[in-house]
Amino acid sequence: MGRYLIRRTIISIFSLVAISMVVFGILAVAPGDPLSGFASNPNVPPELRERIRATMGLDQPVHIQYVKWASAFARGDWGQSYDKKIPARDYIFSRIPVTLGIVGTAFLLGIAIAIPVGVISALKQYSLFDQLSTTFAFIGFSIPTFFSGLLLIIVFSVWLGWLPFVFDSQVSGFWPNMRQSIMPITVLGLAGAAQLTRFVRASMLETINQDYVRTARAKGLREQTVVVLHAMRNAMIPVITIIAIQIPEIFGGAIITEQIFRIPGIGSGLISGIQGKDVPVVMGITFGVAILVVVFNVVADVLYAVLDPRIRYS
Amino acid sequence: MSQQAEVNVAAGSAASPFDGRLAAPVEQETGRRGEAITLRQRKQRSLWGNAWRQFRHHRLAMAGLVVFGFLVLATFGGTAIYPLEIDELDFMATMAAPSLAHPFGTDALGQDLLARVLWGGRISIGVGLVAAAVAIVVGTAIGALAGFFGGVTDSALMRLTDLFISLPQVPLLLVISFLYKDAFYNFFEDRTGDGTVGVFILIVFVIGLLNWMPTARLVRASFLSMKEKEFVESARSIGATRSMLMFRHILPNVMSPIIVAATLGVGAAIITESALSFLGLGFTSDVPTWGSMLLDGKDNVEFAPHMALFPGAMIFLTVLAINYVGDGLRDALDPRKTQ
Repeated sequence: MGRYLIRRTIISIFSLVAISMVVFGILAVAPGDPLSGFASNPNVPPELRERIRATMGLDQPVHIQYVKWASAFARGDWGQSYDKKIPARDYIFSRIPVTLGIVGTAFLLGIAIAIPVGVISALKQYSLFDQLSTTFAFIGFSIPTFFSGLLLIIVFSVWLGWLPFVFDSQVSGFWPNMRQSIMPITVLGLAGAAQLTRFVRASMLETINQDYVRTARAKGLREQTVVVLHAMRNAMIPVITIIAIQIPEIFGGAIITEQIFRIPGIGSGLISGIQGKDVPVVMGITFGVAILVVVFNVVADVLYAVLDPRIRYS
Repeated sequence: MSQQAEVNVAAGSAASPFDGRLAAPVEQETGRRGEAITLRQRKQRSLWGNAWRQFRHHRLAMAGLVVFGFLVLATFGGTAIYPLEIDELDFMATMAAPSLAHPFGTDALGQDLLARVLWGGRISIGVGLVAAAVAIVVGTAIGALAGFFGGVTDSALMRLTDLFISLPQVPLLLVISFLYKDAFYNFFEDRTGDGTVGVFILIVFVIGLLNWMPTARLVRASFLSMKEKEFVESARSIGATRSMLMFRHILPNVMSPIIVAATLGVGAAIITESALSFLGLGFTSDVPTWGSMLLDGKDNVEFAPHMALFPGAMIFLTVLAINYVGDGLRDALDPRKTQ
């Protein structure tokens, strides 16, 4: 296991370097010179612009720029945000709490719905409950969040007037925060639940027909014990790894949903960064998410081995 | 594709091992005694015939197929029949609710929403189909090469696949379409006079090139197991070239999962394109797509909810129909489920 971890870590570092090259390359060779950002402001006289470009290393070849960026990033310097005039890292980190609150809660809601619904669907395959949950799952992953979000706004904010539809980060207190968070959490939670329910159901269906489950029944255990301790314990192993793989998405934020409800999180930060050609912010968010994705992939594989003793890495 | 049983055996046709295995136990025609000849000439069911019979029994999948067919006809043919133009301004009726004159209502400039929904559907569905095709072709090519040749080719192509899988896809999609959109637009406007073509090509390729990896893995795995099968060995022994082995012998046998992936890919690509347009990072604002109409609708949601409801419902309906078709195909093409 130890050697496996070391090997995985080395491979991960290599793939992160490759990813950063791809992302940096896309930004660097893009037309319109986005790397120079504020240096291309027409009010800046040409000589000053050249000086800025020189200090930022923009007059050097792409690979030199990349090395400069990479070594600064490794030391924790993510560059200065062009728009906000503060370090990009501070700007990005300041947006994490809101995103974690909304997207994280929605993630937990999705799990809380998906596991019982998926398990019951599998236990009562082809029953009315199963058919209903299958239908809802299909609707859930066919309806894009930008439509379900607008639907909720139309019904609960425009027609009924119950909930505010613009998120206000200055609001304090539990209840006002709850009121403005409930729609985005519902949209994201149900969308996540739709995917996960199908997965839980499939995994549960696979275990429920195993011999050891029949044995457990045959020796007269209560149905509840059979389902929870014998079937579910094994069915949840792949589910947990899938959940681990999806964790980076929480930090990446829900770009669309944050945009609809105007939540000042990571996702909307990325969009405004892209529109303002704020390269340090875009690069920071994109590469930050990439790091989390790679790390949690390793975590998922390790978790799998820990939970399932049949899996042995060497 | 109905063949006589003898012909099939004699010719050792390419797809025969799969065909033979998949074909349901052939019902003996209960002809009158003495007509031995009919026994040997009974029709064999083909793979696709079988799949179609299976598919027809999946009610929701059939419904999905009908709905999707209708939407394609309506969006690609409907604009010819429908009298109103997408850019006809009617300042007397801006943001008007649905009425007889404007069945889907009008937008902020008084443009007819039904006309725009029909026109936008062409782009949304077109992007979905072409982007899914790009992903499938690239994925199949890479998976087939890796699985067939193995060795260095395999590990190089699989490392490439791993790299693409770990790329942060959503941010990249947004960044690329935003940064390169104008360049593609100008390039194609200069040469063809229509910059929208350039944006279409950019979006289709970005979506396609960020989504081929699952197909590549799937196809590689199928190729790995198929190339060891006896029918491939026998084809090789009679002198089939490598490309014949790949395209005529192995590929037809791994088509089922590819078709399912392609179908579901169309729905996913439609959602992705709509999301791009909804964020203002897709087509230019004068081109109506379902996503950009939804963006207009979002800004006016307090006064004219119908502006968001109709394009949104179209996206939802299209994707739901495609997903049900994909589900039906998965069942129909799964040999284990063949009755």
